[in-house]
Amino acid sequence: MSAAEHTPAEAASGPIIRIEHLGKWYGRFQALKDVNLAIARKERIVICGPSGSGKSTLIRCINKLEDYQEGTIVVDGVTLDENVKNIEHIRREVGMVFQQFNLFPHLTILQNLTLAPVWVRKMPRKEAEALAMRYLERVQIAEQAGKFPGQLSGGQQQRVAIARSLCMNPKIMLFDEPTSALDPEMIKEVLEVMAGLAREGMTMLVVTHEMGFAREIADRIVFMDKGEIVEQAPPKEFFANPKSERTKLFLSQILGR
Amino acid sequence: MLPLTTGYFAGYQPMQVLFGLFAAAALTGAILIKDRNLKGMLWEALAVSLILMLGTYLAHNTIVNLANRKIATGFDFLDREARFEISESLIPYSAASTYGRAMLVGFLNTLKVSILGIILATILGVGIGILSLTRNWLVRQLAGGYVHFLRNIPVLLHIFLWYTAITNLLPPLRQALSPVPGIYLSQRGFFYPVPEPATGWTAALYGLIAGVVLAVAATRVARLRQDRTGEILPTGLVAILLVIGVPLIAWLVGGAPTAFSVPALKGFNFEGGTSISPEFFAVFGALSVYTSAYIAENTRAGILAVSRGQIEAGRTLGLSEGVILRQIILPQALRVILPPTTNQYLNLTKNSSLSVAVGYPDLVSISNTTLNQTGQAVECISIIMLVYLATSLATSALMNWYNRSIKVVER
Ligand SMILES: Nc1ncnc2c1ncn2[C@@H]1O[C@H](COP(=O)(O)OP(=O)(O)OP(=O)(O)O)[C@@H](O)[C@H]1O
Ligand SMILES: [Mg+2]
Repeated sequence: MSAAEHTPAEAASGPIIRIEHLGKWYGRFQALKDVNLAIARKERIVICGPSGSGKSTLIRCINKLEDYQEGTIVVDGVTLDENVKNIEHIRREVGMVFQQFNLFPHLTILQNLTLAPVWVRKMPRKEAEALAMRYLERVQIAEQAGKFPGQLSGGQQQRVAIARSLCMNPKIMLFDEPTSALDPEMIKEVLEVMAGLAREGMTMLVVTHEMGFAREIADRIVFMDKGEIVEQAPPKEFFANPKSERTKLFLSQILGR
Repeated sequence: MLPLTTGYFAGYQPMQVLFGLFAAAALTGAILIKDRNLKGMLWEALAVSLILMLGTYLAHNTIVNLANRKIATGFDFLDREARFEISESLIPYSAASTYGRAMLVGFLNTLKVSILGIILATILGVGIGILSLTRNWLVRQLAGGYVHFLRNIPVLLHIFLWYTAITNLLPPLRQALSPVPGIYLSQRGFFYPVPEPATGWTAALYGLIAGVVLAVAATRVARLRQDRTGEILPTGLVAILLVIGVPLIAWLVGGAPTAFSVPALKGFNFEGGTSISPEFFAVFGALSVYTSAYIAENTRAGILAVSRGQIEAGRTLGLSEGVILRQIILPQALRVILPPTTNQYLNLTKNSSLSVAVGYPDLVSISNTTLNQTGQAVECISIIMLVYLATSLATSALMNWYNRSIKVVER
């Protein structure tokens, strides 16, 4: 495995992500306040909340794209600290999909997918390409393998981005508003790929405003406001009788009722 | 310099009348005809006929004027004895050599100062460009100041400043500064030791070439091996070891010579070693430092053009910072940096023609002397123009080819 220490007992049974008393500041502005969240294996969490509530900041802390000042995050038994080995280990286990796709524009679709397997997993090129083609077929885009990202539609690019993450065989997938930059007719094809992943038992954290998707896929919905988790509940309960006023207000705005 | 024409009117000539008629026809057509494509073509035809008319007029006028003054045209003068000395040359030259050879000496001097200038400008520019992006506030301000200060001084002034600094601030030859034994700095130039010719040194030189070739080959082999097995080999380290190690071994095998020719003051000059002239150094220093400010800006803009999302995507895939730099940031930044930097390389080469201001014997400076001695103005100016044109075209062809090979495909 890696240099990161493993606690086998916890790795097998306990939560795959444990966030405790997380606090994060941008200068003097506190973006996250005492956030506590435990996520079980194969659990699917949807995070929602108004703009600026800290949703992106929270999931970006999980793979240390953002530093945090307080609390602890443990991913699959490995504590996320300043140790570069631990950070690299966790990043290999955690895939992430961005609103802006962030494909590498100078590489072909196939090269986008093989980059990490070749340089991180030290895979022979042939093997990496075979792996990449399998995932491209899965997101139904194999015929585009030789093209460059700029030649694909937004929906296709986002599916490539998902396939690129999957090539590293992650245990957890983070999605930060994956459909917000897409035209309406392309949202569906991306959500379908995500639903497929959920059915296969991927542990997922999804920041999204697609409440239909949340209702259908999520095991739990986490509502954030002003850097805090205000409320969390299974979708049925969350939509049927939200407890806090802030949640009610948010739901009325987003669902238009 | 002789004035080209003295306003003397050499008369009409059939060709001019012909082009004039063409121009008139094109103008009428362009005004009357409705078809837009045809109209456009006729306007272009008008422009071309006018240019040809002017061209034939100038050519005819010049030929008549030169004939009146009994100046022979043609390039025969290039074979005549030049009868002037050139202060520095990369090839054997004396006053008994031909004008043609003098021009060649000038061209080689232009190439020397341009190529060395481009290398230093690139190293300085890329370095300062990267420094201007560091987190350290002071370093950032200093790098920014460097760029703004240097860009806003005209390049000719740069050359004068360097020349004045060397010739006024440094002591005369006999009191030359010697910061390190064997190295002397004076207003007449810099003097430093060179190895005495010996088989060991020749072997080391060939060893260096072999080392570079081997390093390139080793990197290729390592890449192929990685494709096959996935194993990542330390190619950078191996390459450095080869480039240093092979010439070192060649030098040892060649008898490990250690004799140096050290400059020493004998009478009115230094003997032994070799020297850099103040003229060369002024042009070289000024051009490379001036151009480096522009390259620094290009570098900064190129790196900034790679969005933060690219680096984050690399990190979430678990790539190390080194791989992110080599495989994601640099290839993308290079595509932005290269085209404007090609321009700067061309500018530096063209600006080297300002050498004449301090007397560095570049192509323009020597052509100028030739022109004054022979009166062959048209020929000398044509040679300068053709050489610069050819050099520029060759440089941009090379860079365009490289640019196309790395271009990002968009839809
Ligand atoms: N780099 C930064 N520097 C300073 N403040 C920041 C930075 N990034 C985010 N913030 C602030 O932190 C807060 C939370 O931001 P975050 O991006 O996590 O919100 P969000 O819930 O994802 O919002 P959205 O729905 O608009 O994406 C916001 O108030 C934002 O202004
Ligand atoms: Mg966000």
